Amino acid sequence: MSIGEMIRESQVWKSIFRHPMPQDRRNRIVVMLTNFFLHLHPVSIKKQGIALSYTWCMGGVTFFLFLVETVTGVLLMFYYRPTLEWAYNDILSLRDVTSLGILRELHRWGAHAMVITVWLHMYRVFLTGSYKPPREFNWVIGVILLLLTLLLSFTGYLLPWDQLAIWAITVGSNMARATPILGHEGPGQQLLNIQGIDMITNASDARFALLGARFVGEETLNRFYILHCIAIPLAVSLLLAIHFWRVRKDGGISGPL
Amino acid sequence: MHGSPEEFRAGISGFLGGYYLFLAAMNSVLAFHLWHNKHKVAQACVWVVVTFVLVAIASAAMGGSPPGLPAWLRDDVNAATGPVVYSVGTTALLAVLYLGRRFFVRPMVAWSGLNLALVAMGFSMVDENFASIVTKPDNVPIVGLVFLLGFFTWLATSQAVENDDRAKQGLPPKEKLDNEKVLVWPDLVYTELICMIALTAFLIVWGIALQAPLEAPASSVKTPNPSKAPWYFLGLQEMLVYYDPWMAGVVLPSLIIFGLMAIPFIDFNKKGNGYFTIEQRKFSYLIFQFGFLEMWVTLIILGTFFRGPNWNIFGPFEYWDPHKVLALNNVDLSQYFWVKGMGRGLPKAPPGSGLGTELLWIALREGPGILLLLGYFLALPPLMATTVFRKFFVKMGFIRFMLMSNLLLFMAALPLKMALRWTLNLKYIVSIPEYFLNF
Ligand code: HEM
Repeated sequence: MSIGEMIRESQVWKSIFRHPMPQDRRNRIVVMLTNFFLHLHPVSIKKQGIALSYTWCMGGVTFFLFLVETVTGVLLMFYYRPTLEWAYNDILSLRDVTSLGILRELHRWGAHAMVITVWLHMYRVFLTGSYKPPREFNWVIGVILLLLTLLLSFTGYLLPWDQLAIWAITVGSNMARATPILGHEGPGQQLLNIQGIDMITNASDARFALLGARFVGEETLNRFYILHCIAIPLAVSLLLAIHFWRVRKDGGISGPL
Repeated sequence: MHGSPEEFRAGISGFLGGYYLFLAAMNSVLAFHLWHNKHKVAQACVWVVVTFVLVAIASAAMGGSPPGLPAWLRDDVNAATGPVVYSVGTTALLAVLYLGRRFFVRPMVAWSGLNLALVAMGFSMVDENFASIVTKPDNVPIVGLVFLLGFFTWLATSQAVENDDRAKQGLPPKEKLDNEKVLVWPDLVYTELICMIALTAFLIVWGIALQAPLEAPASSVKTPNPSKAPWYFLGLQEMLVYYDPWMAGVVLPSLIIFGLMAIPFIDFNKKGNGYFTIEQRKFSYLIFQFGFLEMWVTLIILGTFFRGPNWNIFGPFEYWDPHKVLALNNVDLSQYFWVKGMGRGLPKAPPGSGLGTELLWIALREGPGILLLLGYFLALPPLMATTVFRKFFVKMGFIRFMLMSNLLLFMAALPLKMALRWTLNLKYIVSIPEYFLNF
């Protein structure tokens, strides 16, 4: 008996994996149904549906990058404190002191890559017309995922608390000042006033809600940290679950009728 | 990039040496493939020659003198760079690629194009100004994006061309041929496993090769010039040149998201579901490509590589001089109408008049612009429905058609405003600074 077989025959292995290593057709079918992770997939699929030239594997790559970001992100959280006192220094020591010095690189380049792959995924879905019935709603969910991916990247951009970070976020969030009606420099903001008292000021407008202050400061750092590490990832996870479920329910990967 | 020109040259020479060797290896693999698997000896020879040329360039680079572009050419390119040349040029390029797609998707043509692009990139890298923005760590992904988009557009187009040819012969799309079912284990799960391993390796190499940027600690008093949003929002920042923040930063982005969501409900064409095609869905294809490639991606490229201090446009080989001054004298439509056209001052409410009177005077002052906008958004849709889009209107029904035409008009509002700015120096069509309402 080889070592591999010994491991696969052991009680521990068998207790974890509900099915032996699938080597014949029957077992290859059963494993897809009995494994928690694999049952995301159907048992069999049209050959065209897994052709790389058709799907570009971009949805899968995006999902994988999301997982990479989750794992490296959790590791980064061990080293990082979102306060004015520590944020920048923690990032510095991540580079200079911490072992496995490329954690931050993996996370940052992974994030850039995810933005690119999510665009490419959308591009492929559009070019194959895969948003057409019955997949309209999954496209809509996809658009929300696209938006959330960008927001994940955007909120993360602030956390190193360097010049690049705060000015990029300042430029980006300044727009909120001009939100119609709800921004203090937005058209129609005068409409919201009660007996001559302006309701929309720079301490109560849309930008303030985003930043938690009148300028990018410690409150903003806290807000973006929570959005970046908790709120948006949770929302993305939920929507991804629905997205994948709908891929299956809408009849699997699209193909010519 | 910092340091003396000599240091720069030494650094870039080593990098380019490896770069050209990589290109040479790429071409030699292709030559081998053509000769060995396809038995196309003549074609293989061409790529062998290319390989040798690239090796020669590589050795020149490693010897410390990588070939670059002549100074006059770089100066000419810099001098020609401007918003008009850039926008019209990229649109024209995309149009040529689209119209000539049958030619450009041929593997050897596409491969030559790739080689040319990569060599042009290598030649440009010898220029210090070019190298310093392209190799900025946060900009590297955008260089990657450009090449990835090129590749995937080629991949999609070549399949679409094939399918369109098949359709002409009455054959089903090629995707239909692979109708047989295969088991997900092993066919799909192994592909996924390999993808994951390859990606992990790729990310690790990238992470080791390129350090994540970290600039000086945040300071709310030292404003960098230029201050740029993260690269994926640079298209929006570019719109700020033409529209006020409430449009460029709030209304138009919301409409982009909303418009994307609306696509499946607007597109009533049943054909082209589940396979690559262009001919069978030309209209939606062209609109999407224009929106994505031209108005989203090229604006990001413009914002990243060409916009320098004070948000001025710089040529690709130009030093980012913070003191470069460009005269801006943009004029509002109301100025054009009342001052230049009628030869009088802008209408103004008499001092001390009430709110109602004041609003009326503002409406009069901005009358020409307001009429223009009303015409654009309210009169054009019915006009479109009864003329060019007649068939669409009949098939889509009222609500769908109104949705589509308004989204299209908003989308067209950006290039139109750009053109008006370039030709007439028009600043605002409607300008009501009293209420932050400038359009
Ligand atoms: C976080 C982002 C996203 C992830 C992880 C993701 C993941 C996936 C995966 C794994 C698939 C299976 C097929 C494939 O790999 O191509 C898929 C299909 C699909 N996705 Fe996404 N997606 C994301 C965003 C989007 C976006 C932005 C859109 C469109 C705007 C979209 C629309 C769709 C549609 C319509 C399908 C069904 C396609 C078909 O059946 O051919 N998704 N997605």
